[in-house]
Amino acid sequence: MTETALLSVEDVSVDLPTPRGNLRAVDRVDLTVGAGRTLGIVGESGCGKTMLSRAILQLLPKKAKLSGRVMFDGQDLVRLDPERLRKLRGRSLAVVFQDPMTSLNPVLTIGTQLIETLQEHLELDGNAAKRRSAELLAAVGIPAPEQRLMQYPHQLSGGMRQRVAIAIALSCEPKLLIADEPTTALDVTIQAQILDLLAREQRRRHMAMILITHDLGVVAGRTDEVAVMYAGRVVERAPTAALFKNMRMPYTEALLAAIPKIDAAPHTPLPAISGRPPDPTRPIQGCSFSPRCRYAAGQCHREKPSLAAAESADHQYACFHPIEIAARVPA
Amino acid sequence: MATLELSIGEEVAVTQAPRARRLGPLFWAAIGWMIFVFAAAALAGLLPLPSPTDMDMLERRAPASVLHWLGTDGLGRDELARLVYGARISLTVGLCAPVIGITIGGALGMLAGYFRGRFESLVVGSMDVLLAFPPLILALAVTAYLGQSILNLTCILGVLGIPAFMRVARAATLTLARREFVIAAQALGATHARILLRELLPNVFLPLFAFFLLGVAVTIVVEGALSFLGLGVPPPISSWGSMIGEGRESLEVAPRLAFLPAIAMFLTVLSFNLVGDSLRALTDPRQGAL
Repeated sequence: MTETALLSVEDVSVDLPTPRGNLRAVDRVDLTVGAGRTLGIVGESGCGKTMLSRAILQLLPKKAKLSGRVMFDGQDLVRLDPERLRKLRGRSLAVVFQDPMTSLNPVLTIGTQLIETLQEHLELDGNAAKRRSAELLAAVGIPAPEQRLMQYPHQLSGGMRQRVAIAIALSCEPKLLIADEPTTALDVTIQAQILDLLAREQRRRHMAMILITHDLGVVAGRTDEVAVMYAGRVVERAPTAALFKNMRMPYTEALLAAIPKIDAAPHTPLPAISGRPPDPTRPIQGCSFSPRCRYAAGQCHREKPSLAAAESADHQYACFHPIEIAARVPA
Repeated sequence: MATLELSIGEEVAVTQAPRARRLGPLFWAAIGWMIFVFAAAALAGLLPLPSPTDMDMLERRAPASVLHWLGTDGLGRDELARLVYGARISLTVGLCAPVIGITIGGALGMLAGYFRGRFESLVVGSMDVLLAFPPLILALAVTAYLGQSILNLTCILGVLGIPAFMRVARAATLTLARREFVIAAQALGATHARILLRELLPNVFLPLFAFFLLGVAVTIVVEGALSFLGLGVPPPISSWGSMIGEGRESLEVAPRLAFLPAIAMFLTVLSFNLVGDSLRALTDPRQGAL
C-alpha cells in the first residue's frame, strides 16, 4: 500500500449551504486507492458516501463548497482547469450510478449513448464505434448486443440497464471506476451478478474501483480495503480481511450485526442501531456516534476522536474505546 | 370540509389517469383536416381557382354557382379563392410566429433552466416584463408604428409567444437537469453544449412541440383578431380574420361571408388544439414514469 496511489483524497470536506444552516456532508476525509485496487466505502444513508464520490469527480452541486485536495494520477482535480477535467472524466474516471432507471437518457437509444461516448473520447469513426459498442455490451453479458443497440432504456430490465450503464462507464477503459451503490436499485438475484461483473471487468482491465454501498456483505468478498463512514467522517479504515477479523469501531460492529443471518431462526429481530444519525447541520461535540454507541463513556461525549493508526499502520479507527479483540461480540 | 374537497380531487385525478393514452378517431380527423387545409394552401396557385383579388361588380354577394363555388363577397371576389389564399396567410403567420417563439423562447428557457443563477433571474425577469404588457395593445402599437405587413405581423406575434415557450422549456429543463443521466453525462466528460443539445433537447422537445401546436392555434386566432380590427395583413390580401371583418358589414344580407372563414378558422384551431392536447397527454405520463 505504500506504492504511489492512483487516487488520494486529502483532507476533503464538503459543505452544503441549506436553509437550516451549513451542512457538513463530508468532514475531513483522507483516502487512497492504489492502481488496480478496490476500496469499499460503507455507511448508512446520508453519511456522505455519495457526496464524497461527487467530490472526487468534481460533480458537486453548484452551491457546495469543497476544501482539501483530490490527487488523481499526479493532478489535483480540485484545481484542474475545467477543460482538462472534462477530458479526464469518462476517459480516466468513470462512474456507475445507483439507479439505472434514471442514469440513462430515456429518449436516446442505448446505442446512441454508447457510440457517442466512444466517438467523443476515443475519436473512433461511426462503424468502429458501433462495433466496439456491441463488443462492450457482449462483455457485460448482454445477449444479442447488435439488436440491443437500437433499443431504448425503457425496453430493458433494471439489471440490463445497469449492465448498459457499466458498459458506458467501461467504454473508454478508465483507470478508476466509482460505483455508487450500483446494486441498491436491483433485485437481490441480480445484485450478485452485477457485482461479479464489476469484479471481473476490474481484474481484466486492471482498473481501480471505489465500491460505495451500505451493505457490509457486498464489501466483504470484493474489496481490498474498506472505509466505514459515519456522519461525514471515516471512522474506521482497514484492509478488508483485517476489518472483518477484528473490527475496532463500535459502529462497524453494529453495522455488521444488523445484517440478517442465514442461520438465524425465522422472525429473529435484527439488532438495529438505535437512534438516528446526528443532524448534519448541527454538529455535536464529541464523537458523532456517541449518542448511539453502547460503549460510549464520558470522554466520547466531550472530545472528537481522530482517525489514528492502531496496532498496524493500515488499520485506522476513530474511537476512544475500541472493541478489544478478545471481547468482540461474535458476529 | 377541507378533507372532503381533497378526496374529490384525488378521485378526479385517478379517473383521468388512464385516459388519452390512445389517439382516438378525433385525433385522426383533426390531422385529416390539417392536411387538407395545408394542401389547399400550398397548392393554391395550382388549383383551378379564380383570382382572389379580381372584382366583379356585377356579381356582388352572388350565391354559390358553378363559376363561384362558394359565391362571391361584397366586392364580387370569389369566396372560395379568398378562403384558400386566406389560409395561406393565416397558416404562414400561424406557423412562423410560433417558430420564432419556440426557437428563442426554447433556447432561453433551456439555458435558464440549465445554468440557473443570475442568467435565469435575468431571463425570467425580462419575460415577466413582456408578459405584463397587454399583448393586443402591443401588437396594435407596433403595427400602427411600423406599418402593416405580413412580416411585421409575424414578428410581433412571434415575440409575444417567447415568454410562454421560455416557461415551458425552463420548467422541463429544471426537472430534467437534476436527473442522474445529466450527471452521468457530465461524469463522462460531456460539454455543456453537448448536454444541452444531445441529452436535454430531445427530452424537452416533446412537451415544447405539443405546446407549439397550441401556440399555432392561439396565433391564428390573434392574427384573425388583428386582421378583423384592420391591423393585420394589408388589403386586398385576404386572411381569415380580414374576411370575417369584411363579412361583418353584410351579416344580415349574406351571413356566409363572415361565417365561412369563421368556420375554417374554428376547425383549424380546433384541430391544432386537439392534436396538441393529445400529444401532451401522450407525453405527460411517460415523462412521469421515467
